[in-house]
Amino acid sequence: MTANSERLPEGGRIDRTKPLRATVDGIEILGYRGDTVASAMLANGIRTVAPSLYRSRPRGILGAGNEEPNALVRVERRGSSPMLPATTVELTEGLPVHTLSGIGALEPNSEAKDLDTRFAHTDVLVVGGGPTGLAAALAASEGDARVLLLDDQPELGGALLRGTDAELLDWAGGAAELLRARPEVTVVSRCTAFGYYDENYLLAVERGETLDRQRLWKIRAHHVVLATGANERPIVFAGNDLPGVMLADATRAYVNRYAALPGSEAVIATTNDTAYEAALDLAAAGVSVRAIVDSRAEPPEDLAAMACQAGIEVLADCVVAEATGTDSVAAVRIVRFEQPRRTVRTIRADLLAVSGGWSPDVGLFSQSGGKLRWNETLAAFLPEHSRQRQHIAGAARGRYGFARCVADGRFAGVSAAESCGYPAPDSPLRPGISERATRVETEQRPVWIVPAETGKPAEWREHFVDLQRDATVADIARACGAGMRSPEHIKRYTTIGTGSDQGRTSGLTAVGVLAWLRGMGSPGALGTTSFRAPAVPVSFELLAGRDTGKLLDPVRTTPIHPAHRELGAEFENVGQWKRPWYYAREGEGMHEAVLRECAAARTGVAMMDASTLGKIDLIGPDAGEFLNRLYTNGFKKLAIGSARYGVMCGCDGMVFDDGVVLRLSENHYTLTTTTGGAAGVLDWFEEWLQTEWIELDVWATSVTEQWSTVAVVGPRSREVIGAIAPELAVSNAEFPFMTVRETVLGNGIPARIVRVSFSGELAYEVNVANWHGLAAWREIERAGAGFGITPYGTETMHVLRAEKGFPIVGQDTDGTVTPIDLGMDWIVSKRKDFIGKRSLSRPDTARADRKQLVGLLPDEHGTLIPEGSQLIGEHTPVTPEVAPVPMLGHVTSSYHSAALGRTFALALLRSGRERIGQTVRTPVGDRLVSATVTEPIFYDKEGARRDG
Amino acid sequence: MTASLLRTSPLGEREAEFAASGMDIREAGFRAMVNVRVDSASAAADAIGIALGVPLPVVPNTVCGGERAAVWLGPDEWLIYGADGDTPRITALATEALGPVSGSVLDLSANRTTIEISGARAREVLAKGCALDLHPRVFGEGHCAQTLIGKTQVLLWQYGNAPDYRILVRASFANYLADWLLDAAASGW
Repeated sequence: MTANSERLPEGGRIDRTKPLRATVDGIEILGYRGDTVASAMLANGIRTVAPSLYRSRPRGILGAGNEEPNALVRVERRGSSPMLPATTVELTEGLPVHTLSGIGALEPNSEAKDLDTRFAHTDVLVVGGGPTGLAAALAASEGDARVLLLDDQPELGGALLRGTDAELLDWAGGAAELLRARPEVTVVSRCTAFGYYDENYLLAVERGETLDRQRLWKIRAHHVVLATGANERPIVFAGNDLPGVMLADATRAYVNRYAALPGSEAVIATTNDTAYEAALDLAAAGVSVRAIVDSRAEPPEDLAAMACQAGIEVLADCVVAEATGTDSVAAVRIVRFEQPRRTVRTIRADLLAVSGGWSPDVGLFSQSGGKLRWNETLAAFLPEHSRQRQHIAGAARGRYGFARCVADGRFAGVSAAESCGYPAPDSPLRPGISERATRVETEQRPVWIVPAETGKPAEWREHFVDLQRDATVADIARACGAGMRSPEHIKRYTTIGTGSDQGRTSGLTAVGVLAWLRGMGSPGALGTTSFRAPAVPVSFELLAGRDTGKLLDPVRTTPIHPAHRELGAEFENVGQWKRPWYYAREGEGMHEAVLRECAAARTGVAMMDASTLGKIDLIGPDAGEFLNRLYTNGFKKLAIGSARYGVMCGCDGMVFDDGVVLRLSENHYTLTTTTGGAAGVLDWFEEWLQTEWIELDVWATSVTEQWSTVAVVGPRSREVIGAIAPELAVSNAEFPFMTVRETVLGNGIPARIVRVSFSGELAYEVNVANWHGLAAWREIERAGAGFGITPYGTETMHVLRAEKGFPIVGQDTDGTVTPIDLGMDWIVSKRKDFIGKRSLSRPDTARADRKQLVGLLPDEHGTLIPEGSQLIGEHTPVTPEVAPVPMLGHVTSSYHSAALGRTFALALLRSGRERIGQTVRTPVGDRLVSATVTEPIFYDKEGARRDG
Repeated sequence: MTASLLRTSPLGEREAEFAASGMDIREAGFRAMVNVRVDSASAAADAIGIALGVPLPVVPNTVCGGERAAVWLGPDEWLIYGADGDTPRITALATEALGPVSGSVLDLSANRTTIEISGARAREVLAKGCALDLHPRVFGEGHCAQTLIGKTQVLLWQYGNAPDYRILVRASFANYLADWLLDAAASGW
């Protein structure tokens, strides 16, 4: 073997002015631009690849496209995939290639890839750039429809590229040029459609010339033309996996397109006409073609004559029974079709080119919901019925031959454009070519399997069906023996067709073998296995595209965020929001920082960014009535300028959201929702307004990000508010609890200040336009400096509210908790109706032993019970003879309290209120800790602190 | 006066990155945006249009007007868009025109910011993350849509033929969208 030793001196579509060097398993090879790794390997005399996955059998290159089951490689290049068929990897300079035994390995650091995503819309999508697809795209675009043509090769032309007919290749070149010149046509080469979903939505992967570039296309088409061509099938006989056994059309591709010789002495085995072309092309390239083994008793005379002329013997009514050789094909044993035990001849050969017939590539068609039907003449499953706005044309529906493909493609293109409202002027393109006669093919004589001379099928372990999975006739026979009949079951039992090649060379063959084993004649009655996306392997990283790192998920921040960063805040993720968690000072951990922040709020003054709360404005004469129906408590009679806390339930009576409602004017309310609940609450409002209570005159508008909110909390907060809002009367009498004031801050910023408290302390919420949020924060910070104002984060907020027993919807509730369970009977109106009211009187909701919100005080004052801890009775054994341990409930919130000087918790506990004063136990680490059940309020029970 | 100087816009610090992107991308901060909800068949809807000098469009996903524009958001909802400082005037005119009729007029100027992206590559860059068909035959000047770009909800509006797009994005998502656009503009594809 020497470099380029098997390269033909001329011809092919490779660019001989661009020589390339690469290595395969460390051996240097020479190639040209236009080569694939596989064609360069053959041109350098490398016909053997890594041994097979399970049985370590020697294997060679079988195909010339994405059907390849054997020649799998890993390329040590930035951004390469773990495993690729060598037949689809374009050769580039210096490519280091290693052949693989069917298993690749993920690169640990593969972020170097250049990935992207693109949405595309088109009137007509044409999949496949062979004669059919080109004709379809040309026809479809004549009337100025938007046309998108996808083709998986670097060059348009499809099957024509494997031939030598210059006139046809010129036609393809001309068609490509014409298409590229049309402004509404987009041609995407190196692009493979792999998924076809409802409403003509398709996914495709576009590859760059180098392996590190890939782009995902998400395509919506009004009409689709599938021109996906057909795949050649192998034949199952003994030793059919030896290197040197190739698909006949692939050998043609290697000599014609790549000018690479796949062997020197060849035998052709066929069931149909097409392999004669391969035989003639191989002979023309200098390969000694020893014989054409044709299963048919009477091969067509014209082809036989041409073979004879080329000095090729035709063995009619014969099949190949066995390929023999140790590391590769050395000889081919030929038998009579009807008498598989009678050897006709054994011929020496290093190449056995096989054509078991053609299967239209109906993968995408089937994915789209199209139905198939067996065609006995063509021995193939053909498209019968489309379920979407679609045509399938050319070889993909069994129309073979250039002229038929072009005519079929043209018809599909014209119809497709017409259906989009862009009829084409009727002017057939290059009639001389497109009307060129195609010879009528002779009937095939399908051969699925050539039985072995001896033994039972269950012993035929060298009759390979799926080369990638190393599965044989013996495996299918065993599956049948185990009682399986359906191709779907056989597939799962034997793994045939589950490899990365998606069973392109094995799927239908397996059904053929199964039919033969079951004595059924043809596979027609058995059907195929389902075709699913992806039709070619795609990586998860391609699907993720560029949505990695900071683009993985939006990070939402408030306008005050820069101040939090300056203050060194640690952030907590609350949904997509980054909220300050705590502000540690030099030498502080979270524990110390939170104790300090809590102390400031309880004894001095503290501030927090509360901008993330959802906000909705309700405007209209029925706004009060609407609120009355949504919340458990009443709002219709809320005084203008006042605020009220409210709870909403779902129809099931379970707490759904809570917040504070302000009445700004007669017909204008504004309300807050939980940070995570804003969008859901607005949807909830709209649902009721649009579907149930259309008579209510109310308009709901989300104003969440119009406003920025700073909470100012603590006994000295009144002084800070007085300092920032000089025009505002802040005394308790003039600005009482649960009222709202509109004012202008000293720095000119208009503000809406509300006296509400989520801590039990005297507190205010200063609302300003979002774009003034940062300035308002700084103003409060400045005005509060003299009072030692302390910024605090979500952790301190939680401790402060938990000390007061204020539940957090979503933390202390989980969708199974009623307001009564929370001990909030006072907020549930007995007089009016509201959503969920009826459910509250259901027997289960009214049960006395429901889980209820209680407080817990651990007996050890310093022990923090983890949130989520399960609670059990004081005397419940933890290792009972009979599992499980009966649980009473769980801890929902748990903190250290600066005010209490100890730890405390909130919990949902079965019959909780009855257990107040009792002891429960819970595991902390590997010990059991006892805690006393209390009322869920720990601090300022009488509410003396809210007025300062 | 001082109050307007105290404003910050979400992307105020990203100007240099936009300038270096090789594309015509910029934040147009502090635009006036007033949300109007009213029955489109009512006389009040017409009156608001007359008062503002821009009719409230009834064709879904279209925009009427120029510097002051009415952007269709729903069968009974519009966003009145204008220059910085136009908010009080828009609010006053619309509120007055609405009169006692049921409807709402709400200042949402600080709710979203505007990113403008123009030029030959704009459509292609948006197509990396916007599932809508932006072909001029389908979505041209004067068209708008509430949709997703990447993973954030936006109001997308083609206001010029360069093409020029306005992307109205909620303030908290603006930095994500800026990251997304800069990344899309820098993509080698």
